[in-house]
Amino acid sequence: MSELLLPPEHRYAKIIKEQLNEDGNELSILNLGPTHPATHGIFQNILLMDGERILDAEPTIGYIHRAFEKIAENRPFYQITPLTDRMNYCSSPINNMGWWMTLEKLLGVEVPKRAQYLRVIVMELARITDHLICNSILGVDTGAYTGFLYVFQFREKVYEIYEEICGARLTTNMGRIGGFERDWSPEAFRKLDVFLEEFPVAWKEFENLFERNRIFIDRTVNVGAISAEKAMAYGFTGPNLRATGVDYDVRVAQPYSSYEDFDFKVPVGKSGDTYDRFCVRNAEVWESLSIIRQALDKMPEGNEYHAEVPDYYLPPKEDVYHNMESLIYHFKIVMGEVPVPVAEIYHPVEGGNGELGFYLVTDGSRTPYRLHFRRPCFIYYQAYPEMIKGALLSDAIVILSSLNVIAGELDA
Amino acid sequence: MDSTIIIEKSIIILVVFAITMVMAMYSTLAERKIAAWLQDRIGPNRAGKGGLLQPLADGLKLFSKEEFEPDTPNRFLFFVGPAVAMSTALMTSAVIPWGDHFHLFGRDIILQASDIDNALLYIFAILSIGVYGIMIGGWASNNKFSLMGAVRAGSQMVSYEIAMGLSMIALLMMTGTLSLREISMQQSGMSWNVFYQPLSFLIFLICSFAETNRTPFDLAECESELIGGYHTEYSSMKMGFYLFAEYASMFISSTILAVLFFGGYNYPGMSWAVENWGVNLANVIGIAVLFAKICFFIFFYMWVRWTIPRFRYDQLMNLGWKILIPLSIVNIVITGIVILRHELAVFLGF
Repeated sequence: MSELLLPPEHRYAKIIKEQLNEDGNELSILNLGPTHPATHGIFQNILLMDGERILDAEPTIGYIHRAFEKIAENRPFYQITPLTDRMNYCSSPINNMGWWMTLEKLLGVEVPKRAQYLRVIVMELARITDHLICNSILGVDTGAYTGFLYVFQFREKVYEIYEEICGARLTTNMGRIGGFERDWSPEAFRKLDVFLEEFPVAWKEFENLFERNRIFIDRTVNVGAISAEKAMAYGFTGPNLRATGVDYDVRVAQPYSSYEDFDFKVPVGKSGDTYDRFCVRNAEVWESLSIIRQALDKMPEGNEYHAEVPDYYLPPKEDVYHNMESLIYHFKIVMGEVPVPVAEIYHPVEGGNGELGFYLVTDGSRTPYRLHFRRPCFIYYQAYPEMIKGALLSDAIVILSSLNVIAGELDA
Repeated sequence: MDSTIIIEKSIIILVVFAITMVMAMYSTLAERKIAAWLQDRIGPNRAGKGGLLQPLADGLKLFSKEEFEPDTPNRFLFFVGPAVAMSTALMTSAVIPWGDHFHLFGRDIILQASDIDNALLYIFAILSIGVYGIMIGGWASNNKFSLMGAVRAGSQMVSYEIAMGLSMIALLMMTGTLSLREISMQQSGMSWNVFYQPLSFLIFLICSFAETNRTPFDLAECESELIGGYHTEYSSMKMGFYLFAEYASMFISSTILAVLFFGGYNYPGMSWAVENWGVNLANVIGIAVLFAKICFFIFFYMWVRWTIPRFRYDQLMNLGWKILIPLSIVNIVITGIVILRHELAVFLGF
């Protein structure tokens, strides 16, 4: 075979060849991923290893890149929610709501208080499931499987609530411009009450299993620590930044959807290591539960669940079939004939694992001119090679799952 | 040679072999059921009543799977690995005293395949060979993850075997014999060794977790880091052999723990039962008691596996070399002082 046909040599192969074996150690390349069980999703890391120690890492992303930002440029606004579902699929309602709020900001729609509170409830439920999965999978990656399956049934309970609200489970595609597509059923509220009663017990047990477990502490303390300065420089947000001690939370810094009405703490860590990230997420689950309870208590009377914006709010199907006006609005919305202001806006929400931003540029047409998703996972993953340098292979796995890098959001 | 002895021993060997196999098979079901119970699930319940035929279904499935072979230069070793693991796991049961003796057909039948006087050394020798199965398999797989698992298993076994052996020395100083039959007989009634050698028991217990590659010491397979560790490239019944060997060695470790520290087949009132109910019935109860103890330890292994996380490689080594080995040496010294307390008192002039 001609030399030209051979694949180019990886730069690590050169390092291994040139290494002068002074200390007698032979280096090796290890492909961590793309189909490794610990890379939840698909991403690859080429590691330069000295035995079990990682000397250098080269991440490859884009295995499930689906060009969402480009697809969004060809879709009417209300058809972009299914794309947001598929980013961080552990907490898709937050993505959905973030997108609707971006549009409401663009169109200047005032959402009724009750709909805002309902949104807060569903977003906090999504945050709970997100943290639940991240922390329990961290347990799995350290070898303790039971915690994961034990709390995982409560994600199922949350999905049943989603099902009551919008009919879907994982990729929810929930809501409309100005609120929800239908009012929440009494069954949804009943299931929510049951969840609020049962989940804290199980979560307490889960915490007890891990937080003071000697092996777990040994595995996570001082593993993958990152300083606050470094984290800020990389652009960390969310629990991963708060674990370093910076109390930045979008819900407090730039309140949206009436978060200013609720009283909650922003848990922070100290050293920014894996254990702190775990604890911050645990504490946030408790805060989320408290926010849901407050929202249920403060919920305004009535059954208002969307804003009166007939230009943008898809009318119910019965009205479309029996009512001339509704039919016209339905046609105009679906065909994208409703005028949209020319603007350039950015709307951040506190996603499951960081600041999820929507940067939207419109040119007045039926589709966005440009839409950019600020995806926190993409930013965490940039820091990952630096965080695992000098660590052991086992640490690399634990750090990856504690950063909560989700492939769908990383690649978008 | 008396031909009846050959028949007698053949029957015992067959029965012991069958029991080990069945216990290992049903340990897989027990593991899944216990895991399900701990995790608030139901577990396998489709094959047979309450999932009782699940091990057979699993075996059948493994036999019918495609036998994948990686592109390896060591094809022979690739086959030898699981075979070594399996056979060593089954060999240990030869020296276990399952009961004292039956009195049948006018002769005493010792319930042990072979009562050799250095049974404990034999067990240690076989256990040490066990790691070869993993090392050979991991090496021959021609896969970096497998190799890493094999290397981890090798160094883990070497380090923990030392602590295990040292913890045994303290026990041997007390019992004065290597024969498991005599060690069992010494513990008649409730004078179990665990009451006299608790530290030795603790070290032995921890080390046997490491020897059987169970969580928190399952670094050799470590499914979240090394995919499957040493058996990543194995499929079909070759992988089944590895898994089976793990359960068989768990059964054997539990048996050794029960025999060495928890009195083996002894139970309180056994001598009374021998006098009043006859030696046969008393020993049937003894066998049942031994199996109850074994089942408790198997349950304990599973309980631990489904509760705590696993160590990291360097932490495992620290625990082995910096904690367990010094502790077992201290244990030997203390045991020596206690055994020689009279001589010591005379020597020091009390």
